[in-house]
Amino acid sequence: MATPYIGVPVQRREDLRFLTGAGNYTDDLTLPGQTHAVFVRSPHAHARIRSVKTAAAARAPGVVGIFTGEDVAAARINGLPCGWLIHGTDGQPMKEPAHPILAQGKVRHAGDPVAVVIAESLAQARDAAERVEVDYDLLPSVVDSVEALKPGAPLVHDDVAANRCYTWAIGDKAATDAAFASAAHVTTLEFQNNRLIPNPIEPRAVNATYSRADDSYTLHVSNQNPHVERLLMCAFVLGLPEHKVRVVAPDVGGGFGSKIYLYAEDVVLTWASKKVNRPIKWTAERSESFLTDAHGRDHHTRAQLALDRDGRFLALRVDTKANMGAYLSTFASAVPTILYATLLAGQYATPHIHCEVTAVFTNTAPVDAYRGAGRPEATYVVERIVEAAAREMKIDPAALRRRNFIRSFPYQTPVALLYDTGDYEATLDRAIEMADVAGFPARRAEAARRGKLRGLGYACYIEACGIAPSSVAGSLGARAGLFEAGEVRVHPTGKVTVFTGSHAHGQGHETTFAQVVADRLGISMDDVEIVHGDTSKVLFGMGTYGSRSLAVGGTAIVKALDKVVAKGRKIAAHLLEAAESDIEFADGQFRVAGTDRSKAFAEIALTAYVPHNFPHDKLEPGLNENAFYDPSNFTFPAGTYVCEVEVDPETGIVRIERFVAVDDFGNIINPMIVEGQVHGGLVQGLGQAMNECGIYDSGSGQLTTGTFLDYCMPRADDMPSFQVDTRSTPCTHNPLGVKGCGEAGAIGSPPALMNAITDALGVADFAMPATPQRVWATLQQAQRKQAA
Amino acid sequence: MTVKVSMTVNGKPAAAEVEERTLLVTFIRESLRLTGTHVGCDTAQCGACTIHVNGQAMKSCNMLAMQAEGKSITTIEGIAAADGTLHPMQEAFRQNHGLQCGFCTPGMVMSAIDMLNHYPDPDEATIRAELDGNLCRCTGYHNIVKSIQAAAKTMR
Ligand code: FES
Ligand code: FES
Repeated sequence: MATPYIGVPVQRREDLRFLTGAGNYTDDLTLPGQTHAVFVRSPHAHARIRSVKTAAAARAPGVVGIFTGEDVAAARINGLPCGWLIHGTDGQPMKEPAHPILAQGKVRHAGDPVAVVIAESLAQARDAAERVEVDYDLLPSVVDSVEALKPGAPLVHDDVAANRCYTWAIGDKAATDAAFASAAHVTTLEFQNNRLIPNPIEPRAVNATYSRADDSYTLHVSNQNPHVERLLMCAFVLGLPEHKVRVVAPDVGGGFGSKIYLYAEDVVLTWASKKVNRPIKWTAERSESFLTDAHGRDHHTRAQLALDRDGRFLALRVDTKANMGAYLSTFASAVPTILYATLLAGQYATPHIHCEVTAVFTNTAPVDAYRGAGRPEATYVVERIVEAAAREMKIDPAALRRRNFIRSFPYQTPVALLYDTGDYEATLDRAIEMADVAGFPARRAEAARRGKLRGLGYACYIEACGIAPSSVAGSLGARAGLFEAGEVRVHPTGKVTVFTGSHAHGQGHETTFAQVVADRLGISMDDVEIVHGDTSKVLFGMGTYGSRSLAVGGTAIVKALDKVVAKGRKIAAHLLEAAESDIEFADGQFRVAGTDRSKAFAEIALTAYVPHNFPHDKLEPGLNENAFYDPSNFTFPAGTYVCEVEVDPETGIVRIERFVAVDDFGNIINPMIVEGQVHGGLVQGLGQAMNECGIYDSGSGQLTTGTFLDYCMPRADDMPSFQVDTRSTPCTHNPLGVKGCGEAGAIGSPPALMNAITDALGVADFAMPATPQRVWATLQQAQRKQAA
Repeated sequence: MTVKVSMTVNGKPAAAEVEERTLLVTFIRESLRLTGTHVGCDTAQCGACTIHVNGQAMKSCNMLAMQAEGKSITTIEGIAAADGTLHPMQEAFRQNHGLQCGFCTPGMVMSAIDMLNHYPDPDEATIRAELDGNLCRCTGYHNIVKSIQAAAKTMR
């Protein structure tokens, strides 16, 4: 029997190439005849373009081509599309202003691309780009979503009144209002969910090439879903035939959402590669990443929780202004609606919820999905307000949560989702035990003796992953289904190549998926190869985001494997001269039930390709199957995080003393990889809560946090080591029983940390990130208030 | 203006005619095609470009190629044994899942080797403080710290 592979911390097969410098990232590729592109970008937040003069640049050494918005308009290239259509409370579709790939007439945020310069070398392209003269008429700008809605605010798009993209709502408003009227207690909080800049360490990169020989294009791009990139670019922007366009996303150095989207640079280079008939490469400088990668979060929210005398939740009311930036990025409109408001029940049986969301254009970089996408914002609302209510009502925060947990499944929330399974007590209990909450009062007293403030905070999060059931997604505005595809190609010797539409950029699919395949077929993992990220090899794919790869992509592979086994059974029946219904498959052997007559998987594979006497009316040669899987529901990972901090009141410095994460991801294929995903998510969430904030200056509209010197990325010495564990209620509707683990850490950790810090400081709330300066100021203010 | 630079890279002589403004990392990646050394920023903050210059960890984006004239350079491609056996630091990263997307990894490994040269038996706080010059967006650092602790044991 083959070694068991499920639930085993198998070492990653990706690692060897990454550890030896043999990875193959987009910028590593240099093609014969390679040219290099540099984009001329708007230095202003908002301006009319009077003229773009390129003659001097065109004469610079090494220049191969220069293109501007006028060239793009003349070529009738469309703008970038948005994949999700939201209808507002007024029944009208959202406003979708044009999103040109090179600015036309106007620039709308600092970094908006105006022209591209292509030259023999990167240095020459840079030099020439400096000679492009753009004459601007400056316009007043607006960067904050609340300010942008005010009468008289500058208009980002002349044809979008009040900068309002849409106002959308979910839930029963009348029932919610009625519940508030009868409440014994109402807790109100207003907060901002700070703007984040994703910053995968590999910047975005593109290498586009055109072949005259067969009129085809090849695009290498650092992207999370190459098929969607190709579909959007071909069908909606350039009008190219898909079968003439190959998109390859090779090794990708992190994405976190920011590499899901179709970006202007990808399209410009693809189009221009035919114009100059040379391969063109562009790799973002970090400053360009800061200015032009889609940012995350940036919500203003007012939330109210109504409770009865015993602390039972009666209703939740939420009003959110979501900053969309200057243009709608690929999934932007879905993030503050479908991925946010539907999560506001959290782990609780709150009977009535109403949420209204207004999406607003501003003169900032587009905002779209970033690790967690909507769900961290929702969890922050729920877990901060529950904690605040507990303190106001003097109920233990864990007890209040427990009192309101959903306990029977399936559970229909008042905000559209149907939770299939969960056990929220189990993760809470385990987290309390691991965090030694019982010992906290003593630790707090000990810290106080040293003049330090100690605090403890919980977050009980839920998320909806495995995006998505296409029918649900479609009814909520998705313009495409969100299934996944997989193909299993069995070679004559029984080796297997698997093609998946999911894409890995750090998640280790090549290992995890191989574990699943080897386990199902009862063969060695060494005999399984996983291929992803190339539209010329993989039949189709919706890519990787929303913690969907294993639950959706993995299940597509399992369905294809089932077909392989079904055909193998037919072949075995033929070979063993038995009835097909008598053939069992286990541990890599096709066996006639109740006998010792069997054929190994490899023998069946060989027979499939050398079929001397197949009954061809019943059995085709070959062993290659594919499957598309569209789940019937989301998956619902959930868990409890407990954070304990110590604050130095003299300096405002916060130290995370312990952090416990107990997650329910359903079944787990590779616990080592899952733990790594949790660690990474936690630091991204804690980074949001403690370090990171994307800030635009309200006067100039300039991004003031545009480098690693100004934008505080979490570093090793800002962060603790973590204590992590899992509890499992397997997902009920996919054959692997898996839920997804990529985003949980980033979702649950910000409220856990902020609950701990506000507990330490004895204040109701203050805005993330909890930098020493802010913590110190908050403490001073609280002390002054107390003294007064 | 071009200038001829020559140095030893991973034990072999390397020379090329480059523009004076050429960064060492550009020379390594473009002229020598050693693409394991990465570029993650333009302000010498991320450490993805870390290499060894005469045995010391340096950010190769923060030096001109000219400044390495005559020096001995080691990149991530040069630390495994000739037979392919991984350097103990590479092996420790592999055993402890100290990498995910792999983009920060070459710089992390080169920094970590240098760290152990200075602190053969570092505690967690020292490791975290010494990793100050290297950003990782994927791992949350937890397993990188573990990897370096493990490597310190085997390399002692
Ligand atoms: S490339 Fe970021 S420090 Fe050198
Ligand atoms: S492993 Fe991706 S940045 Fe460190």
